[in-house]
Amino acid sequence: MDLLTPYLSLLTTENLLMLATTLGVILLIAIPVLLGMAYTTWFERKILGWMHLRHGPMYVGPFGLLQPIADAVKLMFKEPFIPGSANKVMFLVAPMMVFIPALLAWAVIPFGENPFTGSLMVLANVNLGVLFILAITSIEVYGILLAGWASNSKYPFLGAVRSGAQMVSYEVSMGLIVLAVILLAGSMNLAEIVAAQQTVWFFIPAFPAFVMFLISILAECNRHPFDLPEAEAELVAGYNTEYSAMGFALFFLGEYVAMITMSAFTAILFLGGWLPPFNIAPFTWIPGPIWLLLKIVAVLFFMVWARGTLPRYRYDQLMRLGWKIFLPLSFAWLIITAIAVKLLGNFAA
Amino acid sequence: MKTTVRIARQYLLIDMIKGFALTFRMLFAKKFTILYPFASTPISPRFRGEHALRRYPNGEERCIACKLCEAVCPAQAITIEAEPRADGSRRTTRYDIDMVKCIYCGLCEEACPVDAIVEGPNMEFSVENRKNLIYTKDILLANGDKLEPTLAERLKRDAPYR
Repeated sequence: MDLLTPYLSLLTTENLLMLATTLGVILLIAIPVLLGMAYTTWFERKILGWMHLRHGPMYVGPFGLLQPIADAVKLMFKEPFIPGSANKVMFLVAPMMVFIPALLAWAVIPFGENPFTGSLMVLANVNLGVLFILAITSIEVYGILLAGWASNSKYPFLGAVRSGAQMVSYEVSMGLIVLAVILLAGSMNLAEIVAAQQTVWFFIPAFPAFVMFLISILAECNRHPFDLPEAEAELVAGYNTEYSAMGFALFFLGEYVAMITMSAFTAILFLGGWLPPFNIAPFTWIPGPIWLLLKIVAVLFFMVWARGTLPRYRYDQLMRLGWKIFLPLSFAWLIITAIAVKLLGNFAA
Repeated sequence: MKTTVRIARQYLLIDMIKGFALTFRMLFAKKFTILYPFASTPISPRFRGEHALRRYPNGEERCIACKLCEAVCPAQAITIEAEPRADGSRRTTRYDIDMVKCIYCGLCEEACPVDAIVEGPNMEFSVENRKNLIYTKDILLANGDKLEPTLAERLKRDAPYR
């Protein structure tokens, strides 16, 4: 009790109120993100279907719009099965370790200016927002590795090893590209990076970096054509082979939330975040968060589009692309940007 | 020179862009899938579906109990019993088709001299109980009454090729 006494004095009305509003803001971010994740699955199935000359989900609700809800309910009522040889604690913790960091990254993502007060809408306006996102998204690898290891089964293990190697190798070139963007913006604060794009969105001056970044986020999110961790033809289902019910659902939640996070990150780094394409009348009427949403959907569309178009890479090709092509190219780009910024100055607002 | 072009193509992602353009076009192309329970593919007049016994326009049943269909049926799915009726004409008293045995070969239809037994266009007659797949004369006649316009039309369209 004596230990608790100093903390009890912190329970003032003011502090409690702050706690409550923070929780409210967290819910305000988390619920749309989770809903968005559910509808990303619908969006993906629909777009993939159309590209395959199919219809995609059609029967559950109008245009199959209730399909994600039906899927969620189905997964919730499935039997959570734990293999006898699995390490139970690790096995149960792993899906959470994938899911929680994916959601955590949204803490620093700014949604634009509040249309009523003009203040910035962000849960935590961290100065090292870029670093925070890179760090948090990397933690997901641990969840995947843990899942593969705890399953104590060969296919999940191979999937997890591949996943770990892949995410680590692409993070290097991704980090270098992000560094080039930071040089252009002169800041690691996500809001300031967006503000620096007032004159021109960074995907125009840094187009090669933008293309490399788009390809890297595909590898980073384990998406086609780099979805080797769950290459069905070779590995059954990869690291989540032994999972069922909500454990399995949490992996997919994590994966799709990570996709949305990465799309938002791309939108902020290269596509001008919540800024309208032209700073003139009809574009400025639409509030910033809507622009951000549109850009996120555009990047998500690209991810699904790539899945509908490209065949899966072979593992050695993936590694070759990561280390022998992307790493030197992004490094060269970083040096070019550094020289250009030194000579011409950056875009800092 | 060839190598240069190849490397340039690779690094400019030319082939990938082509692929992306193709899938994007397909996004708006007409979809191939038919939403089956709500729509179906066109059915040929020769389609061999659920059986029906037809009647003449005056309401008299066509079947004369010649038992040719029973004889020709390779699966022995048809059972017929016949007796002369009060007016002296020969009619069936029992005409059963075991739809579980039936292989939908259409030989009964071919054998029938009076176009009485036919296979209609209906293929959606699944039931939850095997007993309901033993079709009696009443069911077959009811099928025929229900589908008569379609059946007559099908026979007429197929007649030139018989």
